[in-house]
This record gives sequence, C-alpha cells and structure tokens, in this order.
Amino acid sequence: MTIDTKLPFDQEYVVNFSKENSEPAWLSELRINALASAEQLPLPKPDKTKINKWNFTQFDSHVVKSEIYQSLSELPEQAKALVDMDATNQSLYIQRNTTPAFLTISEELKANGVIFTDIFTAAREHGDLLQKYFMKNGVKVDEHKLTALHAALMNGGIFLYVPKNVEVKEPIQAIFVHDDASLNLFNHVIVVVEDNSKVTYVENYVSTVDSANGIFNIVTEVIANPNSKVQYGAVDTLAKGITTYVNRRGVANKDARIEWALGLMNDGNTISENTTNLMGDGSFGDTKTVVVGRGEQVQNFTTSVVHFGKHSEGYILKHGVMKDSATSIFNGIGKIEHGASKSNAEQESRVLMLSEKARGDANPILLIDEDDVTAGHAASVGRVDPLQLYYLMSRGIPKTEAERLVIHGFLAPVVQALPIEGVKKQLTAVIERKVK
Amino acid sequence: MAGSTLTIKELHVEIDGKEILKGVNLEVKGGEIHAIMGPNGTGKSTLSSAIMGHPKYEVTSGSIALDEQDVLEMEVDERARAGLFLAMQYPSEINGVTNADFLRSALNAKLGEGNEISLMKFIRTMDKQMDFLEMDQDMAQRYLNEGFSGGEKKRNEILQLMMLQPKIAILDEIDSGLDIDALKVVSKGINEMRGEEFGCLIITHYQRLLDYITPDFVHVMMQGRIVKSGGPELAQRLEAEGYDWIKQELGIEDETVGQEA
Repeated sequence: MTIDTKLPFDQEYVVNFSKENSEPAWLSELRINALASAEQLPLPKPDKTKINKWNFTQFDSHVVKSEIYQSLSELPEQAKALVDMDATNQSLYIQRNTTPAFLTISEELKANGVIFTDIFTAAREHGDLLQKYFMKNGVKVDEHKLTALHAALMNGGIFLYVPKNVEVKEPIQAIFVHDDASLNLFNHVIVVVEDNSKVTYVENYVSTVDSANGIFNIVTEVIANPNSKVQYGAVDTLAKGITTYVNRRGVANKDARIEWALGLMNDGNTISENTTNLMGDGSFGDTKTVVVGRGEQVQNFTTSVVHFGKHSEGYILKHGVMKDSATSIFNGIGKIEHGASKSNAEQESRVLMLSEKARGDANPILLIDEDDVTAGHAASVGRVDPLQLYYLMSRGIPKTEAERLVIHGFLAPVVQALPIEGVKKQLTAVIERKVK
Repeated sequence: MAGSTLTIKELHVEIDGKEILKGVNLEVKGGEIHAIMGPNGTGKSTLSSAIMGHPKYEVTSGSIALDEQDVLEMEVDERARAGLFLAMQYPSEINGVTNADFLRSALNAKLGEGNEISLMKFIRTMDKQMDFLEMDQDMAQRYLNEGFSGGEKKRNEILQLMMLQPKIAILDEIDSGLDIDALKVVSKGINEMRGEEFGCLIITHYQRLLDYITPDFVHVMMQGRIVKSGGPELAQRLEAEGYDWIKQELGIEDETVGQEA
C-alpha cells in the first residue's frame, strides 16, 4: 500500500517563508535542500512500530499567527500553572503556536552573555553561531524524511547558547502553547553549552485544545562541549489526535554530562526518540523517562545511549503506565562502539499495565563492540503487585488510593528529577489525571 | 469500654485448594497479650494472614468478629480502619512512596475526611516515635521498606503500629531475623502499647521474645489447630523441653499441616 507522498509545500513556498523571516542564505539553502531530500527519503523505522500509515506529511497550514502575551496574566491556565507568576528575574520563553509570544531574560543571563531567543531571531542575529551547530553534529537533515521535512519547514523553536565558563544557576524555561487546532508545528530547540559551563533547561509542550489533527515534528539538539553539564527537563502534554514525531538528541563531548528528565504524556500517537551520543572520553549521559498511555494511543519510545568515548557512562531509566487500549513499545538501546573501553551502559525499563487490553513491550538492547566494558539491563512488564496493595490496604488505605500511591511511586524517579517545582507539580497532576 | 475483642470461631482456611487451618478457636480481648507458638508449617502465619484478609487465603468456614462486626465481610482496608493491625513477616517494598507519605495516608484514612492530621502534628508524632524506636530520622524520607535491612523493616512495622494505635494487633514473627538489640527495641515498642485498650496476638517460634514481653496466654498450634493453651509458664516449658512432650501427650507424630493424628 502507498500513501500520497507528495509534500504539501513546494520550494517556492519554502523560499518565501525563509525570506519573510529574513533568514541568512545558509538557512534558506539548507531548507531548500532539505525539502528535496524530504521528497526522496523514507520514513524512519522505529523498531516494532509500523508507521507507514501514519500521516506525517499531509497537512494544510504551516504558520499560525497568534497574538503575543503582553503579560503572564494573559497565559492560559495550563501554562500559568507551570510558571512562577511572581518571579521578577526569570528566564522564560513562551511560544504560542508558531509565534514567539513572550520572552524575559534574567540579569544573570544578560551579565554572562547567554543567548536565549526564538529560532528566527537567532538566525538573524546570531546566524554564524547558529550555523556552526544547527543540524550538524546532533540531528542531521538527511537522516530520514521527517528530519528533512523538519529542516525544510521549521516554524518555531529556540536557541540557547551558554558561553565558556558560565554556570547558569536558575533554570531556564520554555513553554510551547498549542491553542489553535489547525497548528502543525516543526519546532527546533538547540542548546549549546560551551566548555566548563552549566545550564538547566526545562520545556513544556502544552495543548489547550482537547483534540486536533495536527502534525508535530519536534527536534531538539543538545551540544555539551568539554566539561560542561546540561540538565534537560521536558513534559509533553499534546492533545489527542495529534501525531507527534519528537527527536531529542544530545552530544556529550569530553567529560561533559547530559541529564534528561522526560515526562512523555501526549494523548496522541507519538514516536519519541531520545539519543545521547557520548562522544568524548569520560562523558556521561543519564536519561530518565516516564510515560502514561491511555485510550487508543499507539506510541514508541526509543531511548539510546551510544558510547564512543572511553570511560563513558550511560544510564537509561524508563517507567511507563499503560491503561485502556493503549499500545506502547519501549526500546532501550545501550551501544558501546569499538574503542570505548572502560565504558558502562546500564538500563532499566519497567511497564505497569492497568488494563487487560493495554499493551506494553519493553525491549532492552545492548550492542557491544568492545571487550573491556561493563553493561547491564533490567526490564519488566507487569500489573500492580497485589501484595503491595494488600500491604498498603492493611494499614487502612483504600484500594483506589493504594493503587494511586503505587503508580505515583512507580513514576516518581523521573518526576523528582525535574528541576522546576511548578513543572514537577504539573507532571504529577497530569499523571493523576491520566491514570485515574 | 475496655478495648475490643477479636473472636475467632471454627476457622477453616485454604490456600491454593489446600486446607491449612482446620478449626481454630481463639478470643483476644483488649488488655490481653496472647502468644501463639509452634513449629514451622503448623498454620500460624496463615492465621494472621486470614485475619487481615490476604488475597491468597480463602476462608472456607468459621467466623472472625471484631466486637460486633463481621471481619470476613470487610475489605482489607476496612479491617484496618476497624482497628486491626498486622505486623507482617515480609513487609512489601514500595518504590517511590516515602515512609512518611505512606504513614500519613494511612493515618488520614483512619481519621477520615475532614479530620486529617495537620502536617506539623504528624511530623512531631512521627519524630517522637522514631526516636523512641531508635530509628534514623532519614528513614522517614526513604522509600517504604526499600533497601531496609531485616531489622529496619521490623522496626518500621512497629513504628506503624505505634502511629496507627490499633485495637488489636497481630505480630507475625516480628522477632525473626532480629539481633538482640533490635529485639529489645521492638519489645519496648510493643510494651509501650500495652494497656486496657490494646489487645495483641504474637506469633513466634521462639521463647526469647517472650522474655521481653510477658504474655497473658500462650497457645500451641499444630496441624492447623490450637492444640494446647496455658499461661506464660507454658512458653517456658516449651523453651526448656521443646514440643515433643505435647506431641506425645496428644499422640501427634508429624505436627505440620496435612498430617492427621
């Protein structure tokens, strides 16, 4: 069977779109080439999930112009809950559909020369710097149809750049608000942290519409240069009906650390790839992911840590709860390349099933091309342990509350790892709502 | 009113289709401490699990009542809220749920909606009881029983006992795996609970726990029944002479369940 693979936007459109945004020539060119590639390249092949019938390419609208937010008080409630409304000196970007709608930057960021801006402004004002990193060492344009399409049609996102020897103390926050059902989002987040620097970044994708048919194609690139540290938190809560491809990738150079805490709570079909490439000796990658699937959702979560550097360490922890008729594949891949001696790859995937019809597969994969390494994996798929419920109930806790405690406890390791209190609370509330 | 009464009559219990208890009769009143002793495999732990409502144990006949209430008609959590408590031999480990959150949920479930304990008062009470049981304060914030040593788990069971203040507590081999110091602490906790309002059923293999907690009544279980009852002197005789004399007296060759006299 074939589906229509002709793309809805042509070269002329892409050229004009780039021009309207006053993009530098390199970006225009990159988009044009990417569009040509998108027509040729195949879809990605997430292991154990067939997506050839999913619609990633047919849609009508590309830009949804929205009003900007004059102040935080104009935010929708779902976004307000994430923000410290009283903070006077925070770093916060809010995008409304494809419009950069709010930006505030702390004194700390300004004083240290940190760049934190929407992707269009970044292309105009920091074009050379952006070009150096944009889809170069992280996610490449030509990987498959969706990365190419992403590059051709990128219509939102941010650039965060931390220069050498800067330790940003306060977390930097971004919120992507989706309040227009006609939105199709090609969002690109790029975080570059130079030598010896540190940053914590947290993002939320929030739908305020109950359902939509949009296509979300999200790419994140984190470049951690030597001896830097990046903590990256994300909570995705996109509405039912949205088809999402989200690729979050990190590159850790010598002695750099990348720590992910991802709450993947979309209500639509989702393909999520999260890869950390441990390029440098002594680099470190840690991925914590929680997932709740419900309704008829089909999802694939592939988490990889690839070791190139010697003495590199990679950890994957993934906990998922599946209810109703939701189907999820949890692929965990620890790959140690030849030469990455003394490396350690550990992973743990656990899936809790709350209904008979739900499906969850945990596939731990270790690919090791080097002798002198250590590696380990653990995986399980099961139901709420009746003995745990019995124990809690034997102290007077009613069954529903006991189940709630066990489920929250099961997801707690990732929730606790999120560095912003409001986001932590929101994720807890989302979990509460979804597992009820 | 001086405490509650747990009344067990002709209790028969099966697990996986195999009958383990074959007619147990027992009454525990507020103010009384009972000890059930007996070798392994005679049905002691089954009795405690059946009283609490463990999902694997099926009561096939007989009755359990707490005062006027039919315990067998209640869910596990209702039994607890009615005033029963079981200190388990193998407490579950629950990842991600802190000891303090768990205890507060349990306490609030007992107090009921609108009567919840204030956070400050809860913390004060918990701190005090943990001090009393010589527990590290950090155990409040550790995940429930996760990575606890055997002794820590047992202390934690007693901490729950002291926090929840049940009417009738069953202690299932609370002394197994404890060193002498931990045993003393655990005993101290149970003795602290002693009073007219509190009845207790201690299940144990060993006399040594009864050196620290003097029982009012001692029962011996064999073949799924209580075969002998007496006062504290019975426990001392068992310690000195073992169980053989009872077996001889009753003509029992194999005391474990499934063997008939």
